[in-house]
Amino acid sequence: MTELLIIWSVLVSQIMIALAMVCALYRVAKGPRAQDRILGLDTVYITAMLLLLTFGIRTANVLYFEAALTIALLGFVSTIAFAKFLMRGEVIE
Amino acid sequence: MTFLVDLPVWAAIPVCLLLLSGSALTLAGAIGLVRFQSFYERLHAPTLCTSGGVLLIALSSMIAFGVLQNRWIVHEVLIVVFMIVTTPVTLMLLGQSALYRDRAEKSAEVPRKTETAKADPGIDISGNDI
Amino acid sequence: MRYWFPYPVLSLLLLGFWLLVNQSVSPGQILLGTILSVSLSWAMVNLEPSKPRLRRPGAAFRLAGSVIKDIAQSNLAVLGAVLSRRKPPVQSAFVMVELQLQDDNAIALLACILTTTPGTAWLEYDRQTRMLLIHVLDTADGKDWQSIVTHRYERLLKEIFE
Repeated sequence: MTELLIIWSVLVSQIMIALAMVCALYRVAKGPRAQDRILGLDTVYITAMLLLLTFGIRTANVLYFEAALTIALLGFVSTIAFAKFLMRGEVIE
Repeated sequence: MTFLVDLPVWAAIPVCLLLLSGSALTLAGAIGLVRFQSFYERLHAPTLCTSGGVLLIALSSMIAFGVLQNRWIVHEVLIVVFMIVTTPVTLMLLGQSALYRDRAEKSAEVPRKTETAKADPGIDISGNDI
Repeated sequence: MRYWFPYPVLSLLLLGFWLLVNQSVSPGQILLGTILSVSLSWAMVNLEPSKPRLRRPGAAFRLAGSVIKDIAQSNLAVLGAVLSRRKPPVQSAFVMVELQLQDDNAIALLACILTTTPGTAWLEYDRQTRMLLIHVLDTADGKDWQSIVTHRYERLLKEIFE
């Protein structure tokens, strides 16, 4: 009983996070402006990190958590660089 | 998938509830990203993912592995701290750059720079304060 | 002592973070972490941040409590706005708020609080006119944001920092 409960809830939450990723990717593709695409890309990063977290819960593999931390770091830095680029036209002043 | 079966029922129920509610909040944030009309409204949607979704899912993972006691739970703590620290910075900078671009195009939807600063020629109005 | 360790709290936090990332308390990692954190705090000296002084730790706990409560409430409010059947789903607006805070650290903390809360987004603060521009997602409930910012957050932040 417990086994079924856990297997299904992990699966359902993975499906929901994947749907969230699709929504964010839709925003990246549709736009309409550059800032919308960057916001969508930031959300894609966050949902990818959450998906890795659920994979980590499912398999108890520590490697997934390391990967999630790396994605969070890279997503933050890249979004900051994009936003800076929009404001000034160059990343490093 | 074998190890999670060892989880006792009293721990399995909160783990499942937190996991499901966290992913539902994330999905709601992403749906908001699609549904809202203007960029500034969409700016609110990802905070639902970061403040609600990340916190709840990390909490459920912490409970699961804390009960099973097969490793430290530091990764989730690191991820939550990192998200709390970085999200405001990202969204603030993105909002500012969007405001800057809209003002440069003289869009009618965004408010202009405040009048008093404009009237005084000695003050540099080109730079934005963060 | 002050010369060698300019920011002791920052150094300790960095060392703790280093040990957490590496997941070990072996002497080699502690040595490496100490060298890194002290040299990074020397780098902070060149940036010359204004040193915050926490006057009332009790007020900080009250602020944290009210922020957590607000984040939970506005999470639910934004959830309702996303799932509502109206078209368009929300009536958002730009709101101007006048700030009385002086301290830079307090203003930065207020920016983080307002941005983390779903439903409000910090856009711009003008240092000369002391006017803050925020974007509010749902204005249909007719809340007075000037009084919310002033009474709920600014009062406590003033107690803590000034």
